[in-house]
Amino acid sequence: MTFDIAAILAVDGIASGAIYALVAIGTVLLFSVTRVMFVPFGDLAAFTALTLAALDDGKTPGTVNLVIALAVLAFAMEALALVRAGKMKMLPRAALFYLVIPIAVALAVRLLAPATPPLPVRLIMALALIVPVAPLLDRIVFRPVADAPVLVLLIIAVALHFALVGLGLLFFGPEGVRTQPLTSWSTEILGAMVSGQTVCIVIAAVALSALLYVGFEFTLTGKALRATSSNRTGARLMGVRPARAGTIAYVLSSILAGVSGLLIAPVNTIFYDSGFLIGLKAFVGAIIGGLHSYPGAAIGAVIVGLLESFASFASSSLKDVIVFSVLVPILVWRSLVSVHIEEEDEE
Amino acid sequence: MSRRAMLILSCIAVVALACAPLLFSSFTISLFNYVGIYALVAIGLALLTGVAGIVSFGQAAFVGVAAYATAWASALNGYSPWLGLLLAIVLTCAVAAVLGAATLRLEGHFLSLSTLAWGLAIGFLFGNIEGLGNFSGISNIPPIRIGGHALMKSEEIYYLILLIVVLSLVAMYNLLDSRWGRALRALRGGNVLVESLGVNAFQTKLAAFVIAAFLAALSGWLYAHMSRFVSPASFDAAMGIEYLMMAMVGGQGSLIGGVVGASIITFLKNAIQDYLPLISPNAAGQLEVVAFAAIFIVFLQYARRGVVPFIAARLPSARPTTPASAAALDMRVQPKAGAPLLKVDQAMRRFGGLIAVNAVSFDVRAGEIVGLIGPNGAGKSTMFNLLTGALKLDGGAIEFSGLPIHGAPQRAIARAGIARTFQHVKLRPRMSVLDNVLLGAHGRLQSGIVRGMLRLDRTEEARARAEAMRQLERTGLAEHAFDAAGSLPLGKQRLVEIARALAADPTLLVLDEPAAGLRRNEKMELATLLRELRADKLTVLLVEHDMEFVMSLVDRIVVMDFGSKISEGLPAEVRADPRVQEAYLGGVA
Repeated sequence: MTFDIAAILAVDGIASGAIYALVAIGTVLLFSVTRVMFVPFGDLAAFTALTLAALDDGKTPGTVNLVIALAVLAFAMEALALVRAGKMKMLPRAALFYLVIPIAVALAVRLLAPATPPLPVRLIMALALIVPVAPLLDRIVFRPVADAPVLVLLIIAVALHFALVGLGLLFFGPEGVRTQPLTSWSTEILGAMVSGQTVCIVIAAVALSALLYVGFEFTLTGKALRATSSNRTGARLMGVRPARAGTIAYVLSSILAGVSGLLIAPVNTIFYDSGFLIGLKAFVGAIIGGLHSYPGAAIGAVIVGLLESFASFASSSLKDVIVFSVLVPILVWRSLVSVHIEEEDEE
Repeated sequence: MSRRAMLILSCIAVVALACAPLLFSSFTISLFNYVGIYALVAIGLALLTGVAGIVSFGQAAFVGVAAYATAWASALNGYSPWLGLLLAIVLTCAVAAVLGAATLRLEGHFLSLSTLAWGLAIGFLFGNIEGLGNFSGISNIPPIRIGGHALMKSEEIYYLILLIVVLSLVAMYNLLDSRWGRALRALRGGNVLVESLGVNAFQTKLAAFVIAAFLAALSGWLYAHMSRFVSPASFDAAMGIEYLMMAMVGGQGSLIGGVVGASIITFLKNAIQDYLPLISPNAAGQLEVVAFAAIFIVFLQYARRGVVPFIAARLPSARPTTPASAAALDMRVQPKAGAPLLKVDQAMRRFGGLIAVNAVSFDVRAGEIVGLIGPNGAGKSTMFNLLTGALKLDGGAIEFSGLPIHGAPQRAIARAGIARTFQHVKLRPRMSVLDNVLLGAHGRLQSGIVRGMLRLDRTEEARARAEAMRQLERTGLAEHAFDAAGSLPLGKQRLVEIARALAADPTLLVLDEPAAGLRRNEKMELATLLRELRADKLTVLLVEHDMEFVMSLVDRIVVMDFGSKISEGLPAEVRADPRVQEAYLGGVA
């Protein structure tokens, strides 16, 4: 391996690492607030890419129908729960959040799609369409078991991933897509060609992480989210509603997943089931960072990206084997350095 | 249901299953075959996930390792499938042992995520190895031959599968009912609990992991020679979660639940494949996985406990028989009263900048009751954890019966003859009181996994049960022997912990706030019991807050405050010590 090749591989690795970093930060955010390991984040990223590709072609993306279906189901569940609890007064508000807003977004995209608006608008449309998906899934899938043990939530998340892959095939079809790069500009750094896309990816990752950091440290909502993550009951006693904090966390992390989908779409060919590997590699990154630290998750994700890039040079067919095999020693190391808190199992 | 009724029912079920090929079509029988093959994996998962609390997404990879191993041996190299079986078992168990050794120390969800990761890695590996046919897999796998006859038809291999499933079930039920099975059932109570009973938690987990992999290996071997073809798709992550689903639907921790779950999932899947095209002819394939995942999610939301526990709760339960008297277990020779037993010398323990125990020294002599008292935050519990090995010393030494025990693991200290109770009661709430007490005798019994599976441990078990019963009588709990430990009031639960500690035949009994939360008359009963134990030559060290309880009971008192020993002596001396009064009352006015 010459220096040139190493430089190219490094640039590649950092680009994909930055994408994983966005998903990894979302994973950490959501895990700390809701205790859900949201395995389907990668699927959301892939769906965003597929949505953008459909919009590029002036077609109505499958996400429109997906969002409408989820909105109807989520609202039905929320309405039933409210009626049972005798809280009829809260129905209009629930209808607004779970039904009107998501469906309005979906219909707007549907109306605009055939006109093929300019790229920035398409990016926003794709993002707007993907953001409601996770909060709606939260209402449908996780809210009924919000207090279940972490492991049950994890199993549910894995099952949800498989449901989403099936739905992905149904709504997007089996074809892979690759969108136009956001910019055709490129430059040379240390002898390696760096495309504008790569620069966009890194800038987006850094900017969003910084934004999240500021949000968490300096706003009341951010503090409420942190309080919920460190102690649900305590936060509840202080007037923070865990369900609301959860919804905010889902929205924020959906944005991260969506952006990573928009960024990866021009780099890799994305299929309806590409999300699993994106999500899992982000997971590996988040775990390297210890699952509770945002900078840790970002650094971990970049390490995964680099590892993958160099592994694919060594053996392209075995790169995934290598990436996931590395997780095992990392987990062992983590378990040795992390403070062990003994918790008794539920029975 | 009584054991006998269960036995009769099981025999009827097995005979009915043996007649199945006469009643059903070949296709239905082949579904039965799949149920049996999946059930083997699910039984292993019931043991691993349901009983031991280790959630594994990676069992499909173990099935795959075994299936590929036998396919490689028989289809590619022309060896007998029986040699393939040997290779499959050895290879799968070896892989499981290595992975388990690396990952089983991880905490709950980290462990599960790692199973997902290595499950995927192994799955990818199958598809990328040239010698294993890449993604197209290996075909033309020969059928299993028994005495020159090839098991080609599904009716033929059916009997082999039935036999293996029944034998596995029997072996696993025996195992759960043995010394090792009890330790496994206790694992969910946490490492501190099981190690304090003299159990090696890590080894127990590793053994459970390898046993589950062994069952997966049997499944993979049968699968390869029944379908006569293997490809990576049969062992991917989706299959891993499907196995988990079978174990959970059947019932958490229920072995027969593995079979029930495998049947439900297999037939449900078949039904979905049959009926989905009627609802949606174009998208049936895509909807299958969606419907399946949706059903699983709804199940986890509303019926997490599973089918078998749901039914079992509605069946009449038979009153278990009180253990018959049996030869007593061997007893330790207790040291002579007054002989030095425990010697704590300049013990130190820091937590970051805080010195929780600062150069504390005291002795306990055989046959006395010593009280360790002090205000909140004095370092009593830390001292306690140092004695029992739950925490390591930063300096100083602890000797027990003349041997240094600092630095020894908890289980070694437990086995040396120090039995403890916990400030926050640690019992296994769903296990019977008798089983909880039997756990205490773990270190006195020898039977291992194989003896347990083959039920060669019955004489020893009978002696252990008689011993546990004796300790229950000693503590006045005999009438509660078969109640679930979690159903007793706190005072009785504390007594169960003492009975469990006594079952270990200890030299030194260390009790962490045994009177906390007890009512007055319960405290008096406890004091009477402890005096009786002293009369039986047992040595007791207790940490306690309740002055009245301590003063009237103990022979000597050690007082700690802010990590240091401030006084030691007879109760009356300690009571008169101005330093003690200052510590408790904030200075003499």
